[in-house]
Amino acid sequence: MAERTFRVWRGDAEGGEFKDYAVELDRGMVVLDALHLIQAQHAGDLAVRWNCKAGKCGSCSMEINGRPRLSCMTRINEFGSDELITVRPIKTFPVLKDLVTDVSWNYDQNKRIKPFKPKKKDADGNYRMMQRDVERVQEFRKCIECYLCQNVCHVLRDQDRKDAFVGPRFMIRVASLEMHPLDVEDRVPETRDELGSGMCNITRCCTDVCPEHIQITDNGIIPMKERVVDRYYDPLLWLLRKITGSGKKKASIDSES
Amino acid sequence: MAQEIGGHSTSFASTGRVDRWWVEPLVTGAGFLCFVLYTTWAMFQASHYWSEAYLSPLYSPLFYIDQTAQGAAPLAHAWFGEWPRWWPAWLPPSPAIFILAGPLAFRMTCYYYRKFYYRSYFATPPACAVTSYPQKKYKGESALFLFQNIHRYTLYIAIGYIVILSYDAVMSFFKNGDIMHGEFGIGVGSLVLCVNVVLLSGYTFGCHAFRHLVGGRGDCFSCSAGKEHLGHKAWKQVSLLNARHMSWAWVSMIWVGFTDFYVRMVSMGVFTDYNTWD
Repeated sequence: MAERTFRVWRGDAEGGEFKDYAVELDRGMVVLDALHLIQAQHAGDLAVRWNCKAGKCGSCSMEINGRPRLSCMTRINEFGSDELITVRPIKTFPVLKDLVTDVSWNYDQNKRIKPFKPKKKDADGNYRMMQRDVERVQEFRKCIECYLCQNVCHVLRDQDRKDAFVGPRFMIRVASLEMHPLDVEDRVPETRDELGSGMCNITRCCTDVCPEHIQITDNGIIPMKERVVDRYYDPLLWLLRKITGSGKKKASIDSES
Repeated sequence: MAQEIGGHSTSFASTGRVDRWWVEPLVTGAGFLCFVLYTTWAMFQASHYWSEAYLSPLYSPLFYIDQTAQGAAPLAHAWFGEWPRWWPAWLPPSPAIFILAGPLAFRMTCYYYRKFYYRSYFATPPACAVTSYPQKKYKGESALFLFQNIHRYTLYIAIGYIVILSYDAVMSFFKNGDIMHGEFGIGVGSLVLCVNVVLLSGYTFGCHAFRHLVGGRGDCFSCSAGKEHLGHKAWKQVSLLNARHMSWAWVSMIWVGFTDFYVRMVSMGVFTDYNTWD
């Protein structure tokens, strides 16, 4: 057992302050355990959103010593023995109470994305796709919607351009649909014009903080930016489309070869 | 420092991070600046870019050659002959002036370089969860930086340079750089030039735009026949290189500078090139 001090931000949308709490810790504890001890021993009204305690529900996102992290996956022994552990709510979304923020803006962004639209079934009435064709989008399906990537994206966090960019989580949502081998919907125009792919400047913080280690930038955002380049900024491909008359967007490698 | 709701500050470079977050942008920013300063200096030297059979990658291809310059290549290596008379007197007659914009444009629009220089030079943001330089209406790459979309064209140019530098590397195995009649041999410089091509190839062919073009732009790798397509194989290989794109970018950049430095030192007689000809 060892005593550690935690500095936790307490307050609501009107204001608040940091308060220090000393708690006795056991080995192997994570920051969320410490917050539960604080709730039990010092501040029964401390608001913390959590659910699975296994890094899979994405509920307990917060900023621990300034780094956006899941509190249930942040072990206390990662920090120096005399290091003060400061816990804040995530910055990008409005505080409801203490460490709980209102992330509903994200749900609204999801609604803006055109849903999955499958192609026609094969002659025998089935859909077929090979594992190698869906591996790319399966990576994106690992997303637990913790919104740490949304929180750390400086376009949303510091520049306050929620009006112009949906954020990295929804760029990979678009990518997961757009790259799906059975999907025939065209989302490239809205990716540029409405969802704001051009707002992202590839500083990769979203990838750095992703607890599921999704390569958000390399495998999601950059490929979508390249598809926008295909459509709008590549005169050679534009000419090729004019000559061949292939205006359709869903060009599989097979059909192009 | 103004505290806001949640205990966060909105002041520039404010953060709750307690680690040395400023080290990475400082080191990468300073490292790239050193390279830019060195290449600019080397470009304006207009001399000592050739030795025996070695041509500095900062000067290749040689469009024109001023034979009066010290350490200049033989005229036979010029694409268009003698140095042009219309060249302004205030500008050094350096072949590097014609060609450095190509590789520079490739690197400056590269997705990795964008990450580091937006962080190091533009502070948008300086590091993750560190407050960005405030802008009245941030537009990212949708306005002034829209030009970043030319990256795939700079890729085509960069591939051309790989071909040219590969020829230079082969040339370095023949005395006086004469592939047709020169004696075959090998020197330390030959190895330096070969490593340069390998590193530049690892960087260029691991580029995100190349990854997209060889296969990533399709939605399906095998839809019609159910067989793995060549594009998928290529995409997987490029993806392996792409996963280490940052390392390739730095190592290849440093080696280009070193290759020029080596050729320059040999040409000036400072270094002795150990080879099979002497």
